[in-house]
Amino acid sequence: MEQRENAIDIRSAVKRYGSFTALKEISLSIRDNEFFTLLGPSGCGKTTLLRMIAGFEAVSEGSIYLFGEEIENLPPNRRPVNTVFQNYALFPHLNVLDNVAFGLEMKGRSKLEAREKAGLMLELVQLIDFSARRPSQLSGGQQQRVALARALAPQPKVLLLDEPLSALDLKLRKTMQLELKHLQRETGITFIFVTHDQEEALTMSDRIAVMSSGQLQQLGSPRDIYETPCNMFVADFIGDTNLLDVQVDAVKDGQAVCRLAGGHQLNCEQVEGVGPGAKVHVCLRPERTFISEKPTETENLQGRVVENIFIGTDITTLVELVEGPGFTVRTSNSDRGSQGIFEPGSDVFINLEPGAARLLMD
Amino acid sequence: MAGLSVKLDVRSYSGFKAVTFLCLIILYAPLLVVTIYSFNASNSIASWDGFSVHWYVDVFTGPESAKFKRAAWNSFAIALIAATVSTMIATLAATGMIRAGKFKLRTLSFGLISLPLMVPEIVTAVATLIFFNAIGFERGFATIIFAHIAFCIPFAYLPIAARMQGIDETVEQAALDLYATRQQVFTRILLPLMTPGIISGFLLAFIVSLDDFIITNFVKGAGVETLPTAIFGAVKQGIKPNIMAISTLLLSVSVVMVTISYFVSKTDKTT
Ligand SMILES: Nc1ncnc2c1ncn2[C@@H]1O[C@H](COP(=O)(O)OP(=O)(O)O)[C@@H](O)[C@H]1O
Ligand SMILES: [Mg+2]
Repeated sequence: MEQRENAIDIRSAVKRYGSFTALKEISLSIRDNEFFTLLGPSGCGKTTLLRMIAGFEAVSEGSIYLFGEEIENLPPNRRPVNTVFQNYALFPHLNVLDNVAFGLEMKGRSKLEAREKAGLMLELVQLIDFSARRPSQLSGGQQQRVALARALAPQPKVLLLDEPLSALDLKLRKTMQLELKHLQRETGITFIFVTHDQEEALTMSDRIAVMSSGQLQQLGSPRDIYETPCNMFVADFIGDTNLLDVQVDAVKDGQAVCRLAGGHQLNCEQVEGVGPGAKVHVCLRPERTFISEKPTETENLQGRVVENIFIGTDITTLVELVEGPGFTVRTSNSDRGSQGIFEPGSDVFINLEPGAARLLMD
Repeated sequence: MAGLSVKLDVRSYSGFKAVTFLCLIILYAPLLVVTIYSFNASNSIASWDGFSVHWYVDVFTGPESAKFKRAAWNSFAIALIAATVSTMIATLAATGMIRAGKFKLRTLSFGLISLPLMVPEIVTAVATLIFFNAIGFERGFATIIFAHIAFCIPFAYLPIAARMQGIDETVEQAALDLYATRQQVFTRILLPLMTPGIISGFLLAFIVSLDDFIITNFVKGAGVETLPTAIFGAVKQGIKPNIMAISTLLLSVSVVMVTISYFVSKTDKTT
């Protein structure tokens, strides 16, 4: 199969504001046609990176390539990249149709042709009936869709979306997540989507780049990132996690014997760079552990139930480990079968699914 | 809650009504008197002799009508030119000042533009006169226009800059992102959004120019009169009721301008 050209290549990009370094040597490649997400807490530099791709911020060091071409010296209006702004930034003096037609007109299409195409885009986002309205006469969700139609109308090679759903209520957000995903599939345009919501990122993305304080932490598919987080930050940021401090006692046959504070030992798959004596962490996803009255053949931890929390499909059980720290176990209500709920105060064993325990370094 | 909001209402302060009325009277009583007496049938300005419009007829046809007509024509021509030019300069200045990023001396620049509003007009008048003398510029119609353009700029600048400040910068970035050139961003996005401010600035500059006496009186050449200087000249020979009629006409021009300005901001569809 022919190797397709990357849509975006970011090579050792650094961004400084005065003495403050907002981005520290970011290198990543975004493939053509993919739904790519930049995920990270507020202030980690997602918007900055997006603005560098759009051309609103200069790169302090390093370079950005768009389909193999350096774009450093291209101003924003000459980059085939469009942005859906976080606050939508619709033109308040133009009606919805003219907002969407703007980019096409600026690209040199006739007013008539631009409007015709804009009409088609508005049909795609189901807002054709609102063509004559001004942005101020639309709801937040509608404005969001106009912004989307406006950015897609000139058929950019890459679409940048800066937290476009953050201002919408939960239900609308879920709908829009699916709509965006469909739109990306239909148009085949590369989407670079920015969010601080890990659930949103997992739902929508082909690949995710997790960032924190200006650095790339991990790059991978939603599954990779969820199941094999590469460090404490990613494990903690993505999904619910139990993180236990341990010390490595011995390493043999690719297995590390880890000792919890109370002396209990756990076997984990060894990771590179971890030797006997190392102080590391074990990461355990709540849904890959089970509760039972008696220990099973797999790894077990011992503890006492503190509380059961009913969350619809699942029950989350908080357990205080003999070792001290709290631990959460999630049991799906449909999987539980005949097994009852362990009342607070019950002494229980937590069984770990084979391979569930992952070693993480700081 | 209701009780609290009543307490915080400024109207609940004792004397609020009295002070308000006093201020309104001081502000508007003279205007009211001039307006009423412009319709006085009497030749004297002191006694009321019944309603008549003959002083208005006198303004347009009386012995002084030619002088007033020429002065009015001068005034409107000067105000139109001065307001137009100063509004254009103020628009560019506002665009530059507010969109050039946070450059050093920005506060200073803003101060420099608005300072003339706080300098006593007589100082500006003397300075302008000295300047024209220094460069050997003969006084006449042109000197008035140059002086008016100069002192109208801060008046035009303030409403335009205020409007500009309210325009979201990401809107311009969005236009740039959608392939507009810098110039297109200005003509297609900024200018339409600034229009209400530009109209307010123009009207303000127009009124200020129309109404100016001190500076005009200093820089005008012999024989060139504007309405205010003509009125002043006439008053020196004693106040006749036709002066009241002219003043009332001038007042109506201002009222019309303010009304236009009000409706412009009312019909602004962008907000
Ligand atoms: N123009 C600027 N000048 C100085 N610092 C900035 C500027 N823009 C962003 N920053 C800083 O860069 C960091 C990253 O910002 P940003 O990219 O907006 O984060 P995010 O979008 O991930 O929330 C923040 O600490 C922010 O304060
Ligand atoms: Mg941001």
